[in-house]
Amino acid sequence: MRKRASIITGVLATLLASSAYAAETGKDIAFNRSKGNCLACHAMPTLPDAEQPGESGPPLIAMQARFPDKKVLRAKIWDATVSNPATFMPPMGKHQVMTEEEIDKVVEFLYGL
Amino acid sequence: MKKIVKKTLIAMAGLGVLMGAVSANAGPEEDRLKVVNYFKNKFPDLKPEDYVLSALAFDPDARYQYNSIMEFPPYLGVLEKGEKMWKTPLKSGKTYADCLPNGGKMIAGNYPIFDNAKGKVVTLEDAINDCRVGNGEEPYKIGDDSTMGTLSAYMRTLSDGMKMNIKVEGEGAMKAYEDGKHTFYARAGQLNFSCGSCHVDNAGVRIRSELLSPVVGQAVHWPAFRGGDKLTTLQERYEGCQKNVRHVNDKAGSTRYNNLEYFHSYMSNGLEMKSSVFRK
Ligand code: HEC
Ligand code: HEC
Repeated sequence: MRKRASIITGVLATLLASSAYAAETGKDIAFNRSKGNCLACHAMPTLPDAEQPGESGPPLIAMQARFPDKKVLRAKIWDATVSNPATFMPPMGKHQVMTEEEIDKVVEFLYGL
Repeated sequence: MKKIVKKTLIAMAGLGVLMGAVSANAGPEEDRLKVVNYFKNKFPDLKPEDYVLSALAFDPDARYQYNSIMEFPPYLGVLEKGEKMWKTPLKSGKTYADCLPNGGKMIAGNYPIFDNAKGKVVTLEDAINDCRVGNGEEPYKIGDDSTMGTLSAYMRTLSDGMKMNIKVEGEGAMKAYEDGKHTFYARAGQLNFSCGSCHVDNAGVRIRSELLSPVVGQAVHWPAFRGGDKLTTLQERYEGCQKNVRHVNDKAGSTRYNNLEYFHSYMSNGLEMKSSVFRK
């Protein structure tokens, strides 16, 4: 009985964890204050729910046109200090603020902006 | 490969020489004037006395709210308690006014001082504790708002209108100042911010909805009362910012924070002290 309960709990936990994971879109990650927190510094003018953005970084808009090479965009997010040593932007990948998968998702999200 | 290493070494040596040259003629007063002038250029409309208001100086609405709250501050009860503590004689029969310079009035702007005999920075709170210990009492805990915080909230009002007047003289003082300067300007933590990233480079800028205050003027108005009557000392604010930006924080009263307060207060030299104020 006990064993079965623990198996069920285990299955449930896995399900919950994976569904929570699946639910985390690039946008969720970008908006999440303990992850990307991009809105602290960047406006996203094409998104009506990107409310009260900070103003220290440039607005994230027309990303695909401005960053035709996705790798360049990803590299900027992974470690912004490479292209600008004095930058205010945290090195999201290098300092593991976000995981590699999370960064990939955010890059896809940005391409829609 | 060897070539690259050599190149890098040469580049690093060049940088070292450059940095050596800079730090050789940079003293506290040059440091202060550099940030003051940086802000002057960036915010030509701000008057020197506006810096005392910190972030409020950039936000007329918040300033209006501040002015109306300051007419009848919700924390007057705390100041009254602090006044009682201030006037209660210590075990020796003496009062704080008896053992602090100038009866404890118009002195807050001199602190922190560097005490050559002790070989360390002494904050106003340390001086109050020295007074307590010298007169038969136990020292207060530096980070305890109900004792030291409350007493200092009243005591510091006795210096309102005095100008911040930090002195850095001698080798020990200079070392402590430099240590504080390092804490302020060194990037640290997961997010790779320094205090200066926010309070120099991005002062006057909003991150999310929060306006960032300039370092100049930050040290003159403590303790502050946040969200009504929650007392916050300057060093507790250091703790708060370090936690927020994922630095490894200290506890109020640590040597690192005392040195930071020494440097940080110097950056407000010449500005009027104003205790105790409302902050969001
Ligand atoms: C604390 C501030 C801060 C945060 C948080 C931040 N950024 Fe930035 N970002 C900046 C600043 C400042 C710049 C401009 C300076 C530079 O290029 O490094 C910048 C530049 C960029 C650029 C280059 C834009 C251009 O036009 O060249 C991109 C892309 C970018 N950020 C994306 C992001 C994303 C995505 C996030 C969240 C996952 C994020 N940033 C979080 C401050 C920030
Ligand atoms: C990523 C941004 C950021 C960093 C880094 C940061 N702070 Fe702050 N700090 C804030 C914000 C936001 C506030 C509240 C708004 C304001 O007054 O600036 C604040 C407020 C303060 C205040 C109170 C200002 C006042 O006059 O009421 C002090 C003092 C302060 N910070 C010191 C520090 C110190 C020292 C460090 C480094 C150890 C530091 N901060 C690092 C964002 C930051």
